[in-house]
Amino acid sequence: MKTPFIALDQLDKRYPDHHAVKSINLDIDAGEFIAIMGPSGCGKSTTLRLIAGLDEPTGGEIRIGGDSMRGVPAFQRNTPMVWQSLALFPFLTVAENVAFPLRMQKVGAAERRKRSLEWLDRLGLASMAERNIAQLSGGQRQRVAIARALVTEPSVLLLDEPLSALDAHLRVRMQTELSRLHRELGITFVYVTHAQSEAFALADRIVIMSEGHIQQVGRPQDVYRAPANAFVAEFMGMNNLVRGEVRSTRDGVLDIAGALGDFRVPSATPRPQGSKGDFVIAADRIALKPEADGEGLSGTVLGLEFVGSTQTVFVEIEGGAEFRVQKQQHEIEALNLVPGRKVKLSWNPEHAWLLPQAA
Amino acid sequence: MNTSLATRLSRLAQYGFLGLLFGFIATPMLVIVVFSFDANRFPTIPWGGFSLEWHRAILDDAMIRDAFLNSVLVGLGTAMLSTLLGFAAAYIDFRYRFRLKLPFVLLVAVPPAVPATILGMAMLAFLSRIGLFGRLETVMACHVAIATSFAMAIIRLRLNDLSRDLEPAAWNLGASPAAALIHVVLPFCKPALVASFFLSAAVSFDEFLIAWFVGGVHETLPVRILNLLQGQVNPKINAIGTVVLVISVALVLIAQRFTGVRAGRRPKPEGE
Repeated sequence: MKTPFIALDQLDKRYPDHHAVKSINLDIDAGEFIAIMGPSGCGKSTTLRLIAGLDEPTGGEIRIGGDSMRGVPAFQRNTPMVWQSLALFPFLTVAENVAFPLRMQKVGAAERRKRSLEWLDRLGLASMAERNIAQLSGGQRQRVAIARALVTEPSVLLLDEPLSALDAHLRVRMQTELSRLHRELGITFVYVTHAQSEAFALADRIVIMSEGHIQQVGRPQDVYRAPANAFVAEFMGMNNLVRGEVRSTRDGVLDIAGALGDFRVPSATPRPQGSKGDFVIAADRIALKPEADGEGLSGTVLGLEFVGSTQTVFVEIEGGAEFRVQKQQHEIEALNLVPGRKVKLSWNPEHAWLLPQAA
Repeated sequence: MNTSLATRLSRLAQYGFLGLLFGFIATPMLVIVVFSFDANRFPTIPWGGFSLEWHRAILDDAMIRDAFLNSVLVGLGTAMLSTLLGFAAAYIDFRYRFRLKLPFVLLVAVPPAVPATILGMAMLAFLSRIGLFGRLETVMACHVAIATSFAMAIIRLRLNDLSRDLEPAAWNLGASPAAALIHVVLPFCKPALVASFFLSAAVSFDEFLIAWFVGGVHETLPVRILNLLQGQVNPKINAIGTVVLVISVALVLIAQRFTGVRAGRRPKPEGE
């Protein structure tokens, strides 16, 4: 069996006032780009700080490259981190900032200078080497922080919400840059974020956390299409959760009855009658039709919201639930979807995803 | 747009008041400086002509020279020790949380608030009992007790601006806690350290009462001035006064320069 590069084993962190990380297990492979996501306070940043050794776990163990990190202080781990606040040293120049980790490793001055300039060049900052940090723009500072973290050529890079301080177009550029660096260096990136777009654009695997627990680990498309539970479904945002109860099972299809009506949902395994049959249907899988037209759930348009080239339509279903439906601009116009308009919602039953039963 | 008469009058009154205030504070000092260069033996008007006689006289006076040397020694020692202890106290306050933190900070901060007479007497009583009375080091120790609280205040102010992430970031990049202190915290605090060094020196250089109480035969310059005054009116006093004034003002100005260095300048981020 392959040993994971970073292993979190029953990792637990309790502060006097709250329990931040609750006995989580996670294996991260060498060279993987893994994103840890969740709402604020879910324990994702604490997990990162534990890996870096900036906090002591109150239980469990972290292994990096097979070695237990128990009792290994932060400065001996070589797990550099890019901080949300960047944490650049304001009294040092750009080049001196990048050279700092080498200076701590007692690398000679000439070698230090050469290697830090190489990294600055690699990140397009060669002309900024002698500047003060205060003279740089947000994006340039970001790159200094990345160069400083990578200058010792570590085998893992930790990133704590690194792009949250940048404006939208810079954020996309930095994403491309990070993606390129990850490809070129082939090292492990552990990336903490609350932004779905960043995690989806960058990560090989996504870890969803909530209240100190890991809710799901998987490839972005799996987490999106096949959420493990209601929390993940809701957190992904573009899913509609329908609660119901199993009526019968036949040929891999469950008949489910809920407050909104009767539905058919595919399921590889049968479920006993009367058990929970909650399922989700993604917002982009729902068809909208004028009310008079055909079958489906009846609802009233509440409002619309722009998301890039598509719009999200909020529909109130008879019976009280609220659905989100994602549509292209031209479809919205064709259907004349304005608030108050009555519509029918339907979907291909194959696209419904039955939530696994809680273990 | 015309400013109204009332506004102009009010502004004039403000400047006038400010001018009078400064005049009131500065005139006595100015008088001392002017008459220290007066050829007359006693400060009288009219001026008796420019002379360096009294300045030369203080150089020839062995007791004044000794007192000056004592003041410099005590001042330098106080400056170094106070800055070191002040930094230690401020850093403990910055880095650690503990239960008796408020009493701890108060303990360091309180000495200047105690009336100097009481502090002097208390120290005299205590130090003579443990047999440390009448030594130069004793004067220095007492000055350190006072100046450390100023040093801590200045350095604490600077540490408040130190991002909480900066030290952990240094550890994360391979700096041991000691290395982070030396390479990150100290450089960051440098302006405040320099300022507190000079301010502590100025505090010690000017201090009279405690030095008089605990110094015994070891006179610092302010003590020497009083002893001179008690004898007879001596024209050398104006000359000493001028020297002390110049040194104290210089020390405080240097300290100001370093504490105030951030006030005017703000980093201006450039576009990419």
